[in-house]
Amino acid sequence: MKMTGAEILLDIIASHGVEYVYGYPGGAVLPIYDAFMNNDRVKHVLTRGEQAAVHSASGYARTTGKVGVCLATSGPGATNLVTGIATAYMDSIPIVAISGQVGTAMIGTDAFQEVDITGITMPITKHNYLVKDAKDLPGIIEEAFHIASTGRPGPVLIDIPRNVAEAVIDYKETAVVAIPSYKPTYKGHVAQIKNAANMILKAKKPVLFVGGGVISSGAWEEVVQLAETLQIPMAATLMGIGAFPMTHELSLGMLGLHGHPVANYAVNECDLLISLGVRFGDRVTGKISKFAPNAKIIHIDIDPAEIGKNVRVDLPIVGDIKTVVDELLKLIEEKENPLWLEHIATLRKKYPMSYGIRSGVRPQFVLETLSKLTKGEAYVCTDVGQHQMWTAQYYQFMKPRHFISSGGLGTMGYGVPAAVGAQMGAPDQLVVSVSGDGSFQMNFAEIATAVEQAAPIKMLLFNNSTLSLVRQLQHFQCDKRYNGITFTGNPDFVQLATAYPGVVGYRITKNEDVERVMQEALSNGKITLIECVVSNEEMVYPVIPNGGGLADMIHNPCLEEVIEQY
Amino acid sequence: MKNKVALQKEVLSGAEIILRALEAEGVRDIFGYPGGSVIPLYDAIYHNKKLNHILTRHEQGAIHAAAGYARATGEVGVCIATSGPGATNLVTGLADAFMDSTPIVAITGQVTNNLLGRDSFQEAHISGIVIPITKYSYLVKDIKDLARVIHEAFYIAKSGRPGPVLIDIPKDVTVQTAEFNYPPIIDLPGYQPVHLVSDTAIDQTIAAILAAERPLIFIGGGAVNAKAFREVAELRKLLSIPFTYSLMGKGLLSDYEEASLGMLGMHGTAYANYAMHETDLVIGLGVRFDDRVTGKLSEFAKHATVIHADIDGAEFNKNVQADIILHGDLKETLQILNKKLAKVTLPAWKSWKEHLAELKATHPLQCENDKYLTPAFILESINDLVEGEAFFTTEVGQNQMWAAQYLKCKYPNTFITSGGLGTMGYGLPSATGIQKAHPDKPVFLIAGDGSLQMNIQEMATLVQNKLPVNIILLNNYSLGMVKQWQNFFFDSRYSSTDMTGQPDFVKLAEAYGAVGKRIVTQAEVAPALREALNSDKVYLLDFQIDPGQNVYPMVPAGGTLNNMYLA
Amino acid sequence: MKHILTVQVMNRPGVLTRVAGLFARRGYNIDSLAVGKTDNPEVSRMTIVVDGDENVIEQVGKQLYKLIDVIKLTDITTEEYVDRELVIIKVCCDTNQRAEIMQIVDIFRGRIVDIGRDALMIEVTGDSGKVEAAISNLKSFGIREVVRTGKIAMIRSGNKK
Repeated sequence: MKMTGAEILLDIIASHGVEYVYGYPGGAVLPIYDAFMNNDRVKHVLTRGEQAAVHSASGYARTTGKVGVCLATSGPGATNLVTGIATAYMDSIPIVAISGQVGTAMIGTDAFQEVDITGITMPITKHNYLVKDAKDLPGIIEEAFHIASTGRPGPVLIDIPRNVAEAVIDYKETAVVAIPSYKPTYKGHVAQIKNAANMILKAKKPVLFVGGGVISSGAWEEVVQLAETLQIPMAATLMGIGAFPMTHELSLGMLGLHGHPVANYAVNECDLLISLGVRFGDRVTGKISKFAPNAKIIHIDIDPAEIGKNVRVDLPIVGDIKTVVDELLKLIEEKENPLWLEHIATLRKKYPMSYGIRSGVRPQFVLETLSKLTKGEAYVCTDVGQHQMWTAQYYQFMKPRHFISSGGLGTMGYGVPAAVGAQMGAPDQLVVSVSGDGSFQMNFAEIATAVEQAAPIKMLLFNNSTLSLVRQLQHFQCDKRYNGITFTGNPDFVQLATAYPGVVGYRITKNEDVERVMQEALSNGKITLIECVVSNEEMVYPVIPNGGGLADMIHNPCLEEVIEQY
Repeated sequence: MKNKVALQKEVLSGAEIILRALEAEGVRDIFGYPGGSVIPLYDAIYHNKKLNHILTRHEQGAIHAAAGYARATGEVGVCIATSGPGATNLVTGLADAFMDSTPIVAITGQVTNNLLGRDSFQEAHISGIVIPITKYSYLVKDIKDLARVIHEAFYIAKSGRPGPVLIDIPKDVTVQTAEFNYPPIIDLPGYQPVHLVSDTAIDQTIAAILAAERPLIFIGGGAVNAKAFREVAELRKLLSIPFTYSLMGKGLLSDYEEASLGMLGMHGTAYANYAMHETDLVIGLGVRFDDRVTGKLSEFAKHATVIHADIDGAEFNKNVQADIILHGDLKETLQILNKKLAKVTLPAWKSWKEHLAELKATHPLQCENDKYLTPAFILESINDLVEGEAFFTTEVGQNQMWAAQYLKCKYPNTFITSGGLGTMGYGLPSATGIQKAHPDKPVFLIAGDGSLQMNIQEMATLVQNKLPVNIILLNNYSLGMVKQWQNFFFDSRYSSTDMTGQPDFVKLAEAYGAVGKRIVTQAEVAPALREALNSDKVYLLDFQIDPGQNVYPMVPAGGTLNNMYLA
Repeated sequence: MKHILTVQVMNRPGVLTRVAGLFARRGYNIDSLAVGKTDNPEVSRMTIVVDGDENVIEQVGKQLYKLIDVIKLTDITTEEYVDRELVIIKVCCDTNQRAEIMQIVDIFRGRIVDIGRDALMIEVTGDSGKVEAAISNLKSFGIREVVRTGKIAMIRSGNKK
């Protein structure tokens, strides 16, 4: 069939089940935009900036498990994708990013809106392509989807010069993608799995340590089954949240810098850490030499480069987690573990998550209330800062793919656009973005996109006119010398939000009002901003001090009494 | 002198060294956004009394503000961001500065040395990412290198053809201490920006001028960067011929001059384009013959001898073959040339000048100024009000082209816009930097509703820092420029260029405590502009322009300059 | 410790940049890198000499493998292998020094590839030790320029440890 490059592109995108392409038009992508006019299988969503387009594609990918697709023009359009691509790369999110490029004849002449985006994105993509010849285009697009979604997922960028998108070529649907140099390992090494089973059965104080890889692999059921069969408590990384219900009796909650005390202590004491799809990021381990000092470590991951990168591993298994855990389950039988679980129960009583008493609206309470009202089943997209940590701590996530947050790169401005994408991926579900006033300002322009798409997201905003996670760092690291963190020119956020047609805004200034207002806001069916005016003196606890190990965490001072009782 | 030496032996932290170095470079204002990896740097800023930090609302806002500041002052703009997303948020701004040769030093925090290369929290390999879009980039792993690197960075950013330089500094380097010693000498064997123009080329230039019948001066951003203001003016006076300019060259000579033909290129004036098509001698000063200026290369100034003066040797013969190359600092080159030219008797080029005057009279910029609120009417009202005594910045799109066509500038560095990269979202933050640099001068931002939304958060920075920028929003509820292309080249199939869901910009401005006004009739224009100009508040004037308007003239991409859509 | 890696990669534009970029961003130290086509025009082969401890080398290998264009990677440091480097040395030489220099060249089984009025150009092939020795022996005559290829290496057939 004779088709233009642009038509082929949309055809292949649609064939991968992708319904929406998030993007922003410009000169170099005009042929692709024109192709949208004749394609009813894939719809274009006009964002208000390219950075938001990647984040929305990421939100869509993370709720649906599909590949997220975004589109930008050459030059500034392409460079505006960089942060979003880096964000997706760090969190292993499957994205195909398409950028327009100046015509092939003009490449390298510093033409208008020309930028070497494949050069720029080399360190932050799984792979990238500059398509110089239209006849390579179909194969490259298929490869890009294949690479983005298989093995350890990640972003792939395709740079398409304008004349390549316009060129008409003879197109047959491509057969199977075969890349001789790219073959991810799915099946784990049989002997290693056997060894793992033996280690697990022998362990007295095992902990299952669950990361984002479990979600990408779709292995949550198997992992919970493993935990239940052997009565092993589970801790999650930020990216692993949702892999098991937070209310599960074996759940320890989140591990790490701001992890649940019981998770941090359990990992500190455990004799076997069964690590699934984690990468031992510095925010999780604290000081590496103090990490899980008494434990043997089993590390199961699809990316061999992760093994031994940050911590020493006693037993590595390279493979797809779902496949490996399935094999593992065949080798084990039910087992009780009363002593270890009792000990953990004691820890849990001694070190509850608590935020003490102070006046004003308490963000932790707001999130507990949100959790209660939504039964832990809403899709929650966060920005980056204190609110992100509180969400991870206080919202009791019940399902996988429901906690959508920038983990590795910590990208402020992720929340609102991700929520737009999530809402479109889960159209009938409740989607809430949680932001601080700093992050919210980075991409609030996307309210317009939400309005245009009639995506009824709820935006929960904690406003303290401060970059308060930085303030918290300055509190501990700079002896309370606060600098460069105070926002005096902030807008009236309710007025700002309601400047967008059809948007409803609430401001909460009293803790007593939280539940009533939230209830109303969540059920009004409209795009809604809920601004909570909070104190900038709130701190995220617990916190591991600089250079400390998990057990060195500083507890919320309000816990002193509770702890002393034991 | 002895005191000075003693001072230099101080032991300082890396963060303090950075600030001392900035002071040594004469920096006063820095734009930035804090984060984990730059905590020590911000702590040092806390103690510093000489440097003023402006907190933006996004790192992209910080770098565009630094660019606006740099362009409005002719100095190096400085911005700071944290590692990871902070650093990657600078990418567009760096690419923008690179394309427009704007001197910027961007300082990014990085994760500590021991965490480098491990995909640590907020780690991004920014010094690698920015290789294609910076003049140079550094990762400083050792505090001993820090002062030297900063000195080099400033030197590279502002010397030769200016451009952005990035310095990535791991957090531990900012905490460690070392003796502060600002190295007096720069030793970069691979970088020799100074080049003296050859006498032969000067003589050839004079011969070509004497032989020419239809000479034309073509001024670009390089002339602005070289600060060759007086020299270009003098050349213009000596030759007494008309001139045209690229988008980046606007303002170097006053638009109020009789001899100005206005802007050249895709949306240049018809008479400038005709003049370029007919000329037999192009005197190109600090231009790069970009595709938006030349149209189809083989047809560009087809009958002309091309003189190309530039500091960057790589620009010669890149796009247009030059007959005479004047490689050197433009200011110096023109000083030499002017001196020699003053001694020769030059032709009067009378018929050529008359011809150009006629072209100018017969093909004026066209825009009906009747009952509708046209961009031309609004922009000309601004001219009437300020008469060139203001700074202008723009977003990207139709608004930018209209601004370049209709606004009249009197002085160099007063028209500031994203030329090469065409970065939407440049305008509002750049206005921050411009107003910060010139607190007593009026600053006008010409914006479209698409671009304005891209960095709208910077409204807060304006308000927080009491920077009373006048935002002129030409609101047509669409991405007008892309729409225009769809109108011309895609049979009016408007794919994704109409924007619904737009905010009420007046209410939005008011949410910031700024003044917002919606303007729908011609009669309201002048009073509203006057009110904004006389106020010390941020103003957002939401002009509801006719959404169907196109920018004319237009040379289709790849077309020849004498072949334009005129209306 | 220095390790010798031989890496088969797809022969595509940008591959060298991807490999070099990876070393830069992960902070690995490249000692030398040589690259060229193989008998299969679609495949190039790189010989990379890297300095680092076991952990670093392990990461280098894994990270290289992650590059989509990398087909196969072998650390041949502990294998029986043949390695060669080519060096061209321009050395000062007046006519009465020629004989002495030619003797040295002979010892290293090098060749004189160009003779100028006051200089000789010498080519030596061998492992790094030999190349180093040749250079240091010629130093006393005054070396004007040196150019080296970097190491290339291959495992001996049938002698795998």
